Amino acid sequence: MKRKLLVPGIFFLAPFLTMVALLIAQDRIVIELVGKGGKGAMAVPDFRGSGEAQQFMPVFNSTLWGELDGSGLFRMVPKTLYPLNAPQRPEDWLPEESRPVTPRPGVRLRDWSGPPVSTTYLPIGYTAVQGGRFVLYAWFYNVTQPDITNAQVFGKVYNGTPDEAGARQVARDFAVDILQRFGATSLAGTKIIFVSTRTGSKEIWTMDYDGSNQKPVTSYHSISTTPAVSPDGTKVAFTSFIRNRPEILVHSLLTSRRLPFYNQQASMNATPFFTPDGNTMLFSSTAGGGYAQIYACSVDGRNLRRITNVAAVEVEPKVNPKNGTEVVFVSGRSGPQQIYKMNIEGTDIVRLTTGEGEASNPSWHPEGQHIAFAWTRGFEPGNFNIFIMDVASRRVDQLTHGAGRNENPTWAPDGKHIVFSSRRGGHTQLYSMLADGTQEKQLTTTGENTMPVWSK
Amino acid sequence: MVLALSLALFAAGCKKKQPVVAAPPPPPPPKVEPQKPAAPAIASFEAEPVTIERGQAATLRWNVSGETTDVRIEPAIGSVNASGSRQVFPGNTTTYTLTASGPGGNASGTATVNVTTPTPPPPPPPAKPKRTISEILSQDVQDAYFDYDKSNIREDARTALSRDSDVLKKLFTDNPGLSVVVEGHADERGSAEYNLGLADRRATASKEFLVELGVGSDRLKPVSYGKERPQCTDSNEQCWQMNRRAHFSAGQ
Repeated sequence: MKRKLLVPGIFFLAPFLTMVALLIAQDRIVIELVGKGGKGAMAVPDFRGSGEAQQFMPVFNSTLWGELDGSGLFRMVPKTLYPLNAPQRPEDWLPEESRPVTPRPGVRLRDWSGPPVSTTYLPIGYTAVQGGRFVLYAWFYNVTQPDITNAQVFGKVYNGTPDEAGARQVARDFAVDILQRFGATSLAGTKIIFVSTRTGSKEIWTMDYDGSNQKPVTSYHSISTTPAVSPDGTKVAFTSFIRNRPEILVHSLLTSRRLPFYNQQASMNATPFFTPDGNTMLFSSTAGGGYAQIYACSVDGRNLRRITNVAAVEVEPKVNPKNGTEVVFVSGRSGPQQIYKMNIEGTDIVRLTTGEGEASNPSWHPEGQHIAFAWTRGFEPGNFNIFIMDVASRRVDQLTHGAGRNENPTWAPDGKHIVFSSRRGGHTQLYSMLADGTQEKQLTTTGENTMPVWSK
Repeated sequence: MVLALSLALFAAGCKKKQPVVAAPPPPPPPKVEPQKPAAPAIASFEAEPVTIERGQAATLRWNVSGETTDVRIEPAIGSVNASGSRQVFPGNTTTYTLTASGPGGNASGTATVNVTTPTPPPPPPPAKPKRTISEILSQDVQDAYFDYDKSNIREDARTALSRDSDVLKKLFTDNPGLSVVVEGHADERGSAEYNLGLADRRATASKEFLVELGVGSDRLKPVSYGKERPQCTDSNEQCWQMNRRAHFSAGQ
C-alpha cells in the first residue's frame, strides 16, 4: 500500500523539494522558505479520539497545527472555513461525482480543494487507546489530485503513551513525516542552550526547540554567559566569573559535569566557539597583553595560537560550519564594533558590515553562505535589530524593526528558523522566528533570558 | 579515822596505866580551792570604716584583755596578737569573728565590713577602628570614567588616577603583599561580548596610567566585568556614564 501511494506523492512534490534557495531580488536577500510556487495551502481538521483517547485530542490537535504552521512551509487555512464532516479514514471518501445530502459535506476531494477551503494539503485520521497505547491512524492527502488513489501521499500508524505527552509526541511524529515530504529538516529533538537569570544569577540553561523542558546546566551562583555548543551537541563552553575574572569553562551537556580546560594567564579569556571538527576552540583573550584578541587552542585549552594582532578589541570568533576555514568575528579596529571576516590563519581580513552603527553576534547559517547578526544601523546605540547577510555579496536583510533590543540570533539546524533574544516590555526573552521574520514565537517567560544557541 | 580512833581506844585500853593521852591527829589542812583565772574579755573589736567599696581597705582593730592562749580572727586571718590591727580587703561584705581562748574561758566578738559594689565607670570610648582595605579603597580611591566605546584616559580620569596613585602607593607600602583589583565596567549599550573586551581595556589602561605614576605593576590586577555588574541600571546618559568606569576593589 505504501509503495503504491508514495510514488505518485513524491512525483507530485518533486518541484517543492528545493526549499532553501537564495534569491537576490532588488536590494534584499531572502532565505527562500518555500518552492517557487509559493506556500501550499494546508487544512488541518481536528482529529477525534475513540472513547478515552478523546481527552488527549485538544493537545494532539494544537500540537499538529503548531508544528505544521511553525514550519513556515504552508499557508494555513482557518478552521472556520472547513466542511462539517471531515473524513476520518480513506473509506470515508466518496467519489467526486457523488451528491452528499449534508449541507457542508467534507467527504469529496473537491469539498476541500474547492472554495471556500481551497487547500492543497489535508491530513486526516483518528486516535484510540489500544493495548495501553495511544494509537494514531493517520493519512496525508494532496486533495488537488483527480482521484483518491493519486491524492493519498502516505498513510501510517503511530503510537505513544496514553497521556498528553504521548499525544503530543504522536502529533509531532506525524508532523515530522509530513514535513519530510517537503524536504524540511525536523527540529524535533533539537535543543536551545541559553543564559537565564531566573534563579538570581546568570546560569547556562537548556530547553527543547519549542521552549518546553527548560532545565539548568550550571549552578555556580556567579556569572555564566556567552555559551557555545560543540558540533556534536555534547559540550557547552562559556565565559565564567567563578574565579572573579572572565574565564572559559567547559561542561558536558550529557552529565552537566565540568570538563578540564586550561585558562591562559590573562585578565580575560572569553567568548569561546568550537570549530566544525570539534577539535579546536577559538576565543578572545588578553593572553598576549594589550587588547582582547582572537586565539585558537585545543578543546582542553592547550596549544595556544594567536590569530589576530591589532590594537583593538576583538571578540566572538565564529567558524564557518561548512568549510572550517572562514571566521567571522567582531572588532573595533575601525571604530565602533563591526563584523569582519578572515581565514582561520588570521589573514584576508575584510569588514563585512558598512561601518554604520554597531554590529555584533554573527552566526553562520548551517550551509555557510549567510550569517545572521545584530546591528544598530538606523537606530541609537544599543538598539540592535536582527539582520541576515549573504556573505559573498554583502547584501543584507533586516528581520526585526525596532521592537525592543534584539540580539544574539543563531540559526536552527534546519537553516530556516532563527532564535534570538528581545527586550520588549522591560524583560529580555527568547523568541524563534522564520528567517523571513515571520512566525515569531516566544519561548521563555521567567527572568531575563539571553544568548541562545540552537544545537543539534 | 574510825579505825584510828578504834586503835587509839584499843591502845588506851591496853595501856590503862599510862596517863598520857595521845593527841588527835591534826585536822586535815583546809582544802585549798585553786584560784580560777579570769576568762579573757574582748575589750574592743571593730572595723574602720564599716563600709567600703570593693577594692578598698578596711582596718580591723581589736583589744582582748585577760589571759589568753589563742586569739584568732576568721575568716582568712588566723592567729593574731591579743591586740592589734590589720588591713583587710574583703571582696564582699564579710563578718569577721574574733575568738579569744584562755585558761579562764573563751570569748568572741564580730565585726562586719560592708562592701559595696562601685558603680562601673563608663566604658572607655571605643578605639577608632583601623579602616579596612575595602574602606580605604571605596573612600579614598576614585573611579576613572570613560567616554562611550572608549578606553583612553580622559582629563578628569587623569586627575582622579593621579590622586589614586598616592593613596595606592601608601596602601601598598603599609600592606606588603596586598594587590588591588582594577575592575573595568561598561554601559549597557554595546553587545555584552564586545563590552567584555572594552571594559578589560579600560581596566588595563587605568593600570598602565598608574604604573606610569610609580604604582607597582604587580600590585594591580585588571579584571573585566563587561556590562555584567552595573552600578546603575537606568537607561539614560547619567547612568551610562556611571557605568563606564574603572573601579578599585580588594582582591582575594
